[in-house]
Amino acid sequence: MAGESGGNAMKSLKYVVPLAIFGILCVFLAIGLTKDPRKVPSPFIDKPAPLFTLAKLHEPEATFSPGQMLGKVWMLNVWASWCVSCRVEHPVLNDMSRKGIVAIVGLNYKDQRADATKWLQQHGNPYLLSAWDIDGKVGIDYGVYGAPETFVIDKQGVIRYKHIGPISPQDVEKILLPLFAKLNA
Amino acid sequence: MKKLLAPLLLAFCAGAWGQSTEIANPDPKVEARLKSIAHELRCLVCQNQTIADSDAPLAVDLRRQTRVMIAAGKSDDEIRSYMVERYGDFVLYKPPFNAATAFLWVAPGLLIVGGLAGLALMIRRRRDAMAAAAPAPAPDPARRKEIEALLAADEDVKRK
Repeated sequence: MAGESGGNAMKSLKYVVPLAIFGILCVFLAIGLTKDPRKVPSPFIDKPAPLFTLAKLHEPEATFSPGQMLGKVWMLNVWASWCVSCRVEHPVLNDMSRKGIVAIVGLNYKDQRADATKWLQQHGNPYLLSAWDIDGKVGIDYGVYGAPETFVIDKQGVIRYKHIGPISPQDVEKILLPLFAKLNA
Repeated sequence: MKKLLAPLLLAFCAGAWGQSTEIANPDPKVEARLKSIAHELRCLVCQNQTIADSDAPLAVDLRRQTRVMIAAGKSDDEIRSYMVERYGDFVLYKPPFNAATAFLWVAPGLLIVGGLAGLALMIRRRRDAMAAAAPAPAPDPARRKEIEALLAADEDVKRK
């Protein structure tokens, strides 16, 4: 025999290895549980914001294009009057706008003009302006799959952050304010 | 069985009906290609459905966009990369091989090779252990002759 100790080590390895594999698997699965499958990483981070030209919501004859915001840090917020979560987020946007934290441009997504303007009258208008994306074409170009979604765009017109779902006051404190400070530096 | 089948058939009808009313004059060629592409693309609103199966507004929009691109003569690859540029690799049901997905693609092969190697090792070790425990009788020509003689004698006895 190669020696008792060698045999014992072999035998305990037989139990330790499957246990270790099981443990690693558990860690992976546990990490998986903490992730929200709805939050798909955006391929647009650190890429130039896709160009578009859309009619403004309140001035149908005027147009908006992201190029008009060059030199400013700004937020493009996708919203709609039919979007329930947008109502949750809206007071936060109103607050940010009131404090003058950042310029917010709305992308009114697949909405009727009358519904959208009425909704803003009811809930307040935090937007510098809203671009009117009736058929959702610009939404597709920005990879939008569920309003509200928010893009933070830097002075060079590059997308630096995408927020999926309603922005909470905590998100403003922990994510957005530090990001704006960094981008404005 | 019939009770089960009826709602299933109905569900299929509903799906077919939903798609055929989507546009006024569907071109069968375009629709066939749309179907083959749309079955590979994930609807990000209802994540476990393809954009071919889903009736979510986003899926309808993406089907419309795909039709436009097919009509404009775009290849399947061009349409797929259009979707990936906007929605990321997650939109593909068949994830591409890259740094982030390498482990996903390689792991099954590694597991099989590892498992087979482990199995081979175990079989060899067991065979060695058995060989060590019960050594084969040493070939001893003298002893063999003796046995053969005894057997022959036994045969003789039986014959008498």
